[in-house]
Amino acid sequence: MEITRKDLLGIEDISMEEIETFLTTAESLKEISERAIKKVPYLRGKTVANLFFEPSTRTLASFSLAEKRLSADSFNLSSSSSSVLKGETLLDTVRNLEAMKVDFVVIRHSMSGAPHFIAKRLTASVINAGDGTHEHPTQALLDLLSLKEKFGSLKGKKIVIVGDIMHSRVARSNIWGLKKMGAEVSVCGPPTLIPYKIEKMGVKVYYDLNEAIEDKDVIYVLRIQKERQTGGLLPSLREYIELYGITPEKLKKAKKDVIIMHPGPINRGVELDPRVADGKHSIILGQVTNGVAVRMAVLYLLSGGKSGDVS
Amino acid sequence: MSHNGRYILKNGRVIDPLQGLDEVTDILVENGRISGIGQFNKKDAEVINIKGLIVSPGFIDMHTHLREPGREDEETIKTGTKAAAKGGFTGVAAMANTYPVIDNSGMVKFITETAQKDGYVDVFPIGAVTKGQKGEELTEMSDMVKAGCCAFSDDGNPIENSHIMRKALEYSKVVNKVIIAHEEDKSLSDDGEMNEDFISTKLGLRGIPPIAESVMVARDAAILGFTGGKLHIAHLSTLESLEVVREVKKKKLNITAEVTPHHISLDSSHLVSFDSNLKMKPPLRTKSDIKALKKGLKEGIIDVIATDHAPHALFEKEMEFGSAPFGIVGLETALGIVYTELVKTGILTLTELIEKLSVNPAKILGIGERSLKKGNNAYITIFDPKKEWVVDKKIFVSKCANTPFDGYKLTCKPVMTIRKGDIVFREGKFYKK
Amino acid sequence: MTTKEKGTVMDEAQIKRALARISHEILERNRGAENLVIIGVRKRGDSLAKRIKDYIKKVESIDIPLGVLDITLYRDDFTTIDYKPIVGKTEIPFDVTEKIVILIDDVLYTGRTVRAALDAIIDFGRPKEIQLAVLVDRGHRELPIRPDYIGKNVPTAEDELVEVKVKEVDGEDRVILRYCIDDEKNEH
Repeated sequence: MEITRKDLLGIEDISMEEIETFLTTAESLKEISERAIKKVPYLRGKTVANLFFEPSTRTLASFSLAEKRLSADSFNLSSSSSSVLKGETLLDTVRNLEAMKVDFVVIRHSMSGAPHFIAKRLTASVINAGDGTHEHPTQALLDLLSLKEKFGSLKGKKIVIVGDIMHSRVARSNIWGLKKMGAEVSVCGPPTLIPYKIEKMGVKVYYDLNEAIEDKDVIYVLRIQKERQTGGLLPSLREYIELYGITPEKLKKAKKDVIIMHPGPINRGVELDPRVADGKHSIILGQVTNGVAVRMAVLYLLSGGKSGDVS
Repeated sequence: MSHNGRYILKNGRVIDPLQGLDEVTDILVENGRISGIGQFNKKDAEVINIKGLIVSPGFIDMHTHLREPGREDEETIKTGTKAAAKGGFTGVAAMANTYPVIDNSGMVKFITETAQKDGYVDVFPIGAVTKGQKGEELTEMSDMVKAGCCAFSDDGNPIENSHIMRKALEYSKVVNKVIIAHEEDKSLSDDGEMNEDFISTKLGLRGIPPIAESVMVARDAAILGFTGGKLHIAHLSTLESLEVVREVKKKKLNITAEVTPHHISLDSSHLVSFDSNLKMKPPLRTKSDIKALKKGLKEGIIDVIATDHAPHALFEKEMEFGSAPFGIVGLETALGIVYTELVKTGILTLTELIEKLSVNPAKILGIGERSLKKGNNAYITIFDPKKEWVVDKKIFVSKCANTPFDGYKLTCKPVMTIRKGDIVFREGKFYKK
Repeated sequence: MTTKEKGTVMDEAQIKRALARISHEILERNRGAENLVIIGVRKRGDSLAKRIKDYIKKVESIDIPLGVLDITLYRDDFTTIDYKPIVGKTEIPFDVTEKIVILIDDVLYTGRTVRAALDAIIDFGRPKEIQLAVLVDRGHRELPIRPDYIGKNVPTAEDELVEVKVKEVDGEDRVILRYCIDDEKNEH
């Protein structure tokens, strides 16, 4: 199915057919990263602005590589180096980008809805690299690609997402994506970190990890931040690890061939025991490889300002 | 408008709840007062034909932010009262959270004097409950009432300290004025941006749970029961809070409540657009809350409809959702929305609507009854209940246009606004002495 | 654009013979199969390339490495077309440096596809030589590109189309000449 949209803002409003197109295109583009000369001329002469208002090494690196491998001219505006600190509003930043005639904007922002705000006001294609706790669509796509490589079809596959669901945009995007591809999705975490009425997204909620992982094909582990201890969300990381940390012992209760995934970066010894992170169940490194391919596919398939209309 | 202070409003449908009146008849206005109701003809005075229109005692918005002094870039007493006149309001109660705060008689005088000079409609200053609205020391309520204050509120902020709220209700008995409470438990609302419900979960926006409001309503109702005094709940928005007010009214305590037009017409599902014109406190709630609030209006649990008109400059609102300030304007769209949502749908009668917009606010604020009785000051709102119109924020007279209703099709439009006999707004034009 | 069939230019037997002849010509010109690699251009060029590889294996018992090339990302017409072509997989599981690359496509027309393919191959390394084999040459070159091995020359008019069907993709082997129907003009 053809992609006709100007922007990629989230997984909630893209169809299963569009997801398939992103994934099959990514599969074809994967080999470019395996060549000696990792470059094709498709985006030659096109400009991509990476607007990262939140620090990120891996997502920014992954996007930068994807842009460069497609021969685009890309530049970075990060919050510490841009005039955002001087009080320039997002609106002014957007107007400046429009005046500079960029073709794509990749934006990561701490506030949900920031990519939607700029997409409405730019003719360039906007790619959401993570907005607040709302969505992280390219992460979900690369996760779906990794799972497609492993299982082929996701219909009926059981996946549980474990951790701080409340603050996770990765969880939300993945729930949308997995459900659209026919998987059965559950979430597991302490009640204080499960958002209000999340069952309405079509997921089952578990507070008990052992019960949650019993019959699952995939355990998707989220990062837990130390900051959650303040604000009454968690008594301590110690108790969190005791209840929800994924260790080899706990995995004994899971299926023999269960897959472990993580969006990175991993807090070794916290949500994920190092032996599991590096063990035979983990496909975490494969996720990273797929990240560059998926982002290349997104850049290829979006209109890049050619046919886009500012609404 | 030149008519020698004497004119006849002919053939309108006159609805006056305090007289139990609802009939097509004429009103004679003379020297700023209602001179008579009955049949008059042009021998008696100049005739203004208002066939097909409704004649009501003048509306009062008991919750308006006029932004003067301090943010005259957003609104002034002049532009705010102009917007009020356009909305059919003959008077507004102006909230105290300006810069500086209206927390002493000198500031109250500033408001009354500026309103005297610039205002298109009456301005009733609301004074702060605590100095600087800091929630620590009570203001000189008696002095401020002498200068013209009609009520007290720290709106913008809740009175977080229960002891201060208790003392405020007790002290207010000296002046017999109402304390208008902005109910929000800040530890529960935290840094929330919208209602906590499935939509906030989906959108990854921080939620303000309904209990952040109802917990404070319950607290203040309990304090009221202990101290006495008069308590008015500002912008009530949840069914939980409504239940508390219902129970307290059964105990015959002096509690009243208001609801805004947006809280009975828009729910949180609209926020998927991330439009900051949908961001206000209290936030838009769920369809169940709307249903309950409408029922509460019908049953009289909610006494007043008030706009919470809160202008914000475009450069402040045109931002990513999380950074934008809370608040929307409301004076120019209020009547259209509440008529469309409540009267057109058969939930309230016109008489009941008019009570919520004029009789009850006047009573709660103690500013003199709103009625078209012979001899009363002529405060009159005339509107066309059949007029279909589309909201166009480009022609707002308020300085700001931060409204979620732009482009909405509404039924019922204000036609004429009369303040003490002076026609200040008529068919799109404004007049001031 | 609607087209109508004008006639069959090559049937199954003719295609088979042409591919056989091309295979012999490749071996003759390069004096054997040493140092050869075959790359077929997706789509259909790759099916023909596989047949040539298999034929050579049959007659000379030599296994020439086979690669598949998708040239979508090297096209020069993205600003003019209004759709996003589907990118297929490129699989070149060998080094092209110092090799003689036999590039195989179904139809040679303007030469732009071959230009894109040349750019792609050079991104993989530095071949010793690239030779071009096509099943059909229909003329109307817009770039200075010439084939080394031709199945059949089919002179065409501007408003005609050469369609190649292969069993692997279309279920039959046939080369068809088609012409465009313009509603305003008369049919041929």
